Amino acid sequence: MAVSGYPPIMQESLRMLEQTRAFRATQIMPRMTLAEREELLREWHPDYREESNREVKIGPNKGQRLANRLVDLLETRGIVDPAKVNLDRVDYDVDILVAGAGGAGVTASLIAHENGAKVLLATKLRIGDANTIMAEGGIAAATRPEDSPEKHFLDTYGGGRFSNKVDVISALVNDAPLIVEWLRDLGCMFDVQPNGDLMMTFAGGHQIRRTHSCKDLSGMEFMRVLRDEFVNQQIDLIEFSPVVELLLDDQGRCAGALLLNLDTNELLVVKAKAVILATGGMGRLHPSNFPTTNHYGATADGLVVAYRAGANLLHMDSVQFHPTGTFWPPQSLGLLITETMRAWGAHMVNKNGDRFIHELETRDTEAASLIREVQGRGNGIPTPDNTYGIWLDTPMINILTGIPDKVATHFAGIVHRFNLYGIDVNAEPILIYPTQHYQNGGVEIDPDGCTAIEGLYAAGEVSGGVQGRNRLGSNSMTDIFVFGQRSARHAVDYIKKAATGAPSLRHVDAYNKQLEEMNLRSDISSPLLFPDYMRKEVRARSVGR
Amino acid sequence: MNVEEKLIPIYYLGQRYDVPAGLTIMTALEWLGYVYTHGCGCRGGACGACSTMYRVGGDYKLHAGLACQTMVVPGMTLVQIPYYPRPVTKYSIDEKITDPSQVLLRLFPAIQKCVGCGACARACPQNLRPIDYVAAALRGQWQAAADLSFDCLMCGLCAARCTGELVPHSIAMFVRRYYAKLVRIKPQYLVDRSNEIKSGKFVPGVKQLATTSLEELRRLYDARSFENVDGNKH
Ligand SMILES: Cc1cc2nc3c(=O)[nH]c(=O)nc-3n(C[C@H](O)[C@H](O)[C@H](O)COP(=O)(O)OP(=O)(O)OC[C@H]3O[C@@H](n4cnc5c(N)ncnc54)[C@H](O)[C@@H]3O)c2cc1C
Ligand code: SF4
Ligand code: SF4
Ligand code: FES
Repeated sequence: MAVSGYPPIMQESLRMLEQTRAFRATQIMPRMTLAEREELLREWHPDYREESNREVKIGPNKGQRLANRLVDLLETRGIVDPAKVNLDRVDYDVDILVAGAGGAGVTASLIAHENGAKVLLATKLRIGDANTIMAEGGIAAATRPEDSPEKHFLDTYGGGRFSNKVDVISALVNDAPLIVEWLRDLGCMFDVQPNGDLMMTFAGGHQIRRTHSCKDLSGMEFMRVLRDEFVNQQIDLIEFSPVVELLLDDQGRCAGALLLNLDTNELLVVKAKAVILATGGMGRLHPSNFPTTNHYGATADGLVVAYRAGANLLHMDSVQFHPTGTFWPPQSLGLLITETMRAWGAHMVNKNGDRFIHELETRDTEAASLIREVQGRGNGIPTPDNTYGIWLDTPMINILTGIPDKVATHFAGIVHRFNLYGIDVNAEPILIYPTQHYQNGGVEIDPDGCTAIEGLYAAGEVSGGVQGRNRLGSNSMTDIFVFGQRSARHAVDYIKKAATGAPSLRHVDAYNKQLEEMNLRSDISSPLLFPDYMRKEVRARSVGR
Repeated sequence: MNVEEKLIPIYYLGQRYDVPAGLTIMTALEWLGYVYTHGCGCRGGACGACSTMYRVGGDYKLHAGLACQTMVVPGMTLVQIPYYPRPVTKYSIDEKITDPSQVLLRLFPAIQKCVGCGACARACPQNLRPIDYVAAALRGQWQAAADLSFDCLMCGLCAARCTGELVPHSIAMFVRRYYAKLVRIKPQYLVDRSNEIKSGKFVPGVKQLATTSLEELRRLYDARSFENVDGNKH
């Protein structure tokens, strides 16, 4: 073998890993029962740690436990002082405002536009700079004749620890095959077999191969095709202008939003009869102090503005940690290694060269077992930084498939990324540890994407109810397109009859008053918009920060 | 992050700064106190928001890379290009495209100005060769052009360097969509499943599950039989 890309301290465990390969090639790992899984989760999953969640003292979910870092942002004032905003000067007057230009937002915009609505899409970064573009594995749908929406339902519900809303999952699994067809007909280049059939892979917790992939760049392919179509349809778009507050009329109906132009610092007033929130997740809050796979803008903004406007959240006491986050080199800490690698045969192996779990259990289970292996059993692989990870044996993919360049061709993106650091994942494994990946819950929706506020919709990662307390791999791509479409369709009908009144920020005044009465004070304001990565030393010396 | 605290000089917009070796351009600028609004998206080499041009020391070579993926090196002088103008080309991918080569030339007239210099290939952070996929498109080799361009992030670095002022990634986008939708054959079972869904075939079955008791669902869940995954060969 060529020179190892790993430091000397890891070499011993690398030898063990190579020695056990022949044995592992035919080893059959048992699947866990529900009861075993539940016990493992209670003991080792971060959701069950006391310090991960706390009771929120204000708002629709008052008294319930939510992710700690999110509560920090809910128990504080907005970044806008309502007294200083002139809502009479309207910058945009549209039918539907879509907030967030990831997969859910662009889908909602396309469908609303197609159905005759005047749409404005506002987003924080550029269109497509989103979690969607990072998705590697693919999209789940029961398209094969031997698969069915019923099977997809059972897998999703059990995967979500039976907490998902059943009417919402029903919509998800029913529409999923239509979505694959829609994407295909927009010109997405799915992986196909030589006979033209779609190539299908496994994702954890699914009983059958139902992940449709586009190499290891699935989200990138979906996002760039949707973006191309969006540009072709010439729908209005404002980039670098995040939503910082929603506007409600005197009946409490959603009536638009305030945007912040990040270049000029100017507030823009958008009047709309309906708003579709598609602002994605909260990875960049680093819940429970984990690194994250998420893009730069994943700061829970949508949750914050919806909550202040009175929409309730669901399942925000549970965060998805992806079992296979990059753990070495430190420069790549937390970056995702797609589950598909395990589906193609990559084993998770401890310092003794042993597997310890079936690699395709649900993610919460896999993550908990990894944490147990390292913290509970002391079987982690040591790094020079005094931290401990687990091996993901990638060369096993070539061995098990019998295709010597399977890793090189199917996982070109990952090969390229590690090559930059002198690690050849065709020949050596990857050191991994769980990383924050997905916000399981969010603003509660019904099967049409409706929230508790009339005229306010939520679609994609910002929404709650679809995935319950644990999402299955590949089900989020399904989610964002299904509910991007459904929310847009419902909103188009709604605006025809909606008697939306003049927009106001009275709800923000009321929220602030409550904060004051409860003596809730904080030196941050929300939404956060961007994570704070400034070093203490720099902050201490800088003006106005 | 535990990085080697050895400081090396880099030049950002002409200004000298000393930053720890071992950081990427993006994390080095953040280490200095720079707060990104533009020029940072996925932070994982997928979105192309952080396109960067740089030279190193006295070397004449102009390099291109992604700030989130490229490590700082001593004497690096750099600028990020968070946005690169490209003409908007309007089209729809449908059966009306009967002569794709002609449509290609109409939509992207600059494609004929490719001089074969290869500057694009030297700029591409994905190690693609726009020169090759552009040539394949010109020859009407749709599958080759689609495959050769598949890993494109649409970062625009090739367009920034292109001698013939082409926007290679726009050409590739059109070609891939055309190929995937109209050249490839649509699997019949996908059409069949879609018709079944539209006819409501699965609604009763799903509804029944949705109203089944939790106890029974837990039993069904544990009793699932899995398609064979061990020894995955296909
Ligand atoms: C690395 C990675 C790999 C993944 N792989 C898969 C996979 O293989 N299969 C799968 O099913 N799922 C996968 N997921 C999950 C999936 O990608 C996401 O859950 C999904 O893309 C979310 O889509 P979205 O449109 O809801 O949000 P996003 O795609 O994140 O889009 C949200 C958009 O809103 C913008 N925004 C944020 N705040 C504001 C604001 N205040 N105002 C306006 N705009 C705002 C954001 O910048 C962003 O552009 C993966 C996730 C990651 C991070
Ligand atoms: S082909 Fe061009 S746009 Fe695409 S990744 Fe390479 S340099 Fe960037
Ligand atoms: S840089 Fe432009 S002109 Fe030169 S080979 Fe590439 S596409 Fe052709
Ligand atoms: S930030 Fe997305 S490619 Fe660098």
